[in-house]
Amino acid sequence: MSATRTNSPIRAAFDRKRAVWAALFLYAIMLAYPSISFSQNETATQLKPATWPTRAQIVRVVTMRDQNTWIVVAGTTMLGLAAGIIGTFAYLRKRALMGDALSHATLPGIAIVFLLVGAKNAPQLLLGGAATGVLGILCVLGIRASTRTKEDAAIGIVLSVFFAAGMALFSVVQTQPTGEQAGLHSYIYGQAAAMSKADMQRIAFVAGLVVLCVAVLYKEFHVVCFDRAFAASQGVSVTMVDLLMMMLVVFTTVIGLYAVGLIMIVALLIIPPAAARFWTDSLTLMTVLAGVFGAISGVLGAMVSALFKDMPAGALIVISAGAVFVVSMLAAPKRGVIAQALRHTNLSRTVARQNLLRAFAEIEEREGEGATVSYQALRGERGWSQHALNKAIAKARRALLVTGDEQGGFRLSTPGRKAAREVLRNHRLWELFLIRYADIAPSHVDRDADEIEHFLGPEVVAELERALEERRRIPASPHTTVTEAGA
Amino acid sequence: MSDWNWSLDGWIVLAGMLSAVSCALPGNYLVLRRQSLMGDAISHAVLPGLVIAFLLSASRAPLPMFIGAVIVGVLTAVFTQFITARGKVEEGAAMGVVFAILFAIGLVLIRQFAENVDLDPGCVLYGSLENIGLSVAGASELPDRVVNLILALALNVVFLSLFHKELKLSTFDAELATTLGISARLMHYLLMVVVAITTVANFEAVGSILVIAMLIAPAAAAHLLTDRLWLMIVLSAVIAIVSAAGGHVLAIVLPRWCGLGDRVALNSAATMAVVAGGCYALALLFSPSHGLVAKLAHRVAVAVQIVAEDILGLLYRWQERYPKGAQPMRRRDVLAAVGGRVLARGALWWLHRRGDIHLLSEQGEPAVDLAPAGRQRAAQILRSHRLWEAYLDRHFALPADHLHAGAERVEHFITPEMRSALANDVSDRTTDPHGKPIPKEVAE
Repeated sequence: MSATRTNSPIRAAFDRKRAVWAALFLYAIMLAYPSISFSQNETATQLKPATWPTRAQIVRVVTMRDQNTWIVVAGTTMLGLAAGIIGTFAYLRKRALMGDALSHATLPGIAIVFLLVGAKNAPQLLLGGAATGVLGILCVLGIRASTRTKEDAAIGIVLSVFFAAGMALFSVVQTQPTGEQAGLHSYIYGQAAAMSKADMQRIAFVAGLVVLCVAVLYKEFHVVCFDRAFAASQGVSVTMVDLLMMMLVVFTTVIGLYAVGLIMIVALLIIPPAAARFWTDSLTLMTVLAGVFGAISGVLGAMVSALFKDMPAGALIVISAGAVFVVSMLAAPKRGVIAQALRHTNLSRTVARQNLLRAFAEIEEREGEGATVSYQALRGERGWSQHALNKAIAKARRALLVTGDEQGGFRLSTPGRKAAREVLRNHRLWELFLIRYADIAPSHVDRDADEIEHFLGPEVVAELERALEERRRIPASPHTTVTEAGA
Repeated sequence: MSDWNWSLDGWIVLAGMLSAVSCALPGNYLVLRRQSLMGDAISHAVLPGLVIAFLLSASRAPLPMFIGAVIVGVLTAVFTQFITARGKVEEGAAMGVVFAILFAIGLVLIRQFAENVDLDPGCVLYGSLENIGLSVAGASELPDRVVNLILALALNVVFLSLFHKELKLSTFDAELATTLGISARLMHYLLMVVVAITTVANFEAVGSILVIAMLIAPAAAAHLLTDRLWLMIVLSAVIAIVSAAGGHVLAIVLPRWCGLGDRVALNSAATMAVVAGGCYALALLFSPSHGLVAKLAHRVAVAVQIVAEDILGLLYRWQERYPKGAQPMRRRDVLAAVGGRVLARGALWWLHRRGDIHLLSEQGEPAVDLAPAGRQRAAQILRSHRLWEAYLDRHFALPADHLHAGAERVEHFITPEMRSALANDVSDRTTDPHGKPIPKEVAE
């Protein structure tokens, strides 16, 4: 290995020896490619247009004339509600992907019960699934607590190995005379469309249980999510509350398997709480919102799948939830991406404006009030790019803080001067404060003050005045000689 | 094993091994970077990429599939990164959001274009390893999927050896890597590209669930066995090979053991994953350095040693109190004084075997007495104990009745060097704060 410093891995990869190897490898692929691009089914692809439902169909589905539609929509809605609510607590406990391990680990249990009981008997199958699901979670927790294997690897191992065990068992189930209708697929991908009234009632039961538990034990859940030590000191049994939360997640997952499938139920537990988190900092509101988002996704997904033949309801529910998530992430007022970007732009505009004004104020301080300032002088005042300076000047002129143009030079307007002095004063106050109280060398305070001056509110300024015993005038610069020598 | 058919089973085992090794190699870095679940996420999320590539190219040619998968795989990493950074969502949850949505989109696309897409959602999960020998290509005599697997393995080997230094640095010390001009982020995305390609190459043959298992389980098992990176990589490959071979054998043999007859064969990809999980469980239990059994054994050994030293100290003090012609201590009392549990009995047995104590019979009652070797050892322990008390007494304002408990715990961990340092510090003292004499150091 050569000891030469390299600037990028790309360049590092293409120093001589490696370049030869990479070229040889690419060449080998090119040689091999024709023999492997086996194009057996050369049928020309014609994209099948989706068959759009007629208006009558839409009305029929939306008003839920068919009992079947009603059952499916009611079932998925309640499932979304329950998953959203209990998912909130799993999300806050940072156990989002634990649900992934859990749902995959239900498969062997279902297969074992199937082999033992022999027929399709939903409640028992679900109990079997819940048993191995809990076992899977315990494995993850045990591995995490007792070995150097980290949680992510523990989850990955448990989910893949348990799921594979389930698949192996299901390949036995398929050979049983009753095995045909067992359908591994219905558990993996869900069969919402085939939901029976009994299935729906089971979902209603679990959703009721979740809502009831969360409502009754809300305070305990709350405190365990945020401060376990405090919870314990208040006499809350953290282990029991954790266990109850986990059992509710298990019930919701297991009941959702048959409706939306084991990958989609994980999504329903994660996505609505993650979306709700964007809108609020209050746990109560977040729980309610997550429930509502889950329910909305359930309704939308079920209805669209009723409208389009062959569309898997589980996937559509997750896509609906995904749409809610994307909207939340973009549009939420405080934590949303757009709001953040706006705040960021506003802030950098304010900073640019104040920097420009301070440059003016400092020049005026040297050359007298009302001085005409040339573009070059402004450029020399700080290390800003031409583009940034031009933009700041244009903005300031539009705000009537600055008058004049590039030929004749710029001048501060009266309100501009007032604002500029304010900024300069804040800057100087902070510099003096740093020198006097933080014991920082005068030559080093400019940079620190440059960053903080934009954020000094009236209270802080008043306090600085008191601490420094400064009255209204602008304090002299503590490092004139330094800056001038530097410039 | 009578009906082992090399043209079928041989291909299955070979394909399984190739796929297992090609997954296990990049898996090492996923496990070390705590990004194992990126493998899970990507192997689910590439589905829409596959479907779209399939629709656009109208064939199952590998290249479009790889390109589609790589694009979506990288997108998964980018989206996850974006949601984590901008939305301040915890990384696990962000990953869950991204891969679930992409997987759902893939499923809808498959259903929508079912007539054009020859992709069975089930096949994506558990592949069709059983049929691998059936489609032998004309010219090369190798089944196409095996060729794909060989290419994927070659790609991974080349990638890992070309970027060995960069990967290692950015995995263990991202800051150092950055100061040396290696972009940790670029390495992250490159790794994701490799994972995506590996996933797709393995899809048809073994299915995504075995890919996830092989990405994580062999590497995690190897991580329990060694602290050296190169050894970890080698071990993970070996474990992957063993899992693949063992898994197929298990798939054939297990149903017979359970009396299900010849007709039933388990899904080999599934049993390979289960065997990989079994290998991890073995490493978890029996790894010499990090295994649970080794840890437990170590703890028991330390506990026994501490109890044994306590017994020696006890007997020494007994002799100190009754200097001349004292009766040996009754076994019953010794056991009672140190807790009287299994550990204490074990410690007594061990001391006796080492020749530190004599087991006597005193008026029909079993009793214990110090042997010369044990007396020397006990003197050292007592010396540590009393020196520590004297030291604490000199330097800390502790009441005299608070010294003993601390010294009782510390005495087992004071080395000869530390003892001589303590002795220097309190060289003017010949007794501990309670007035008991400090035994002399015994030359070895």
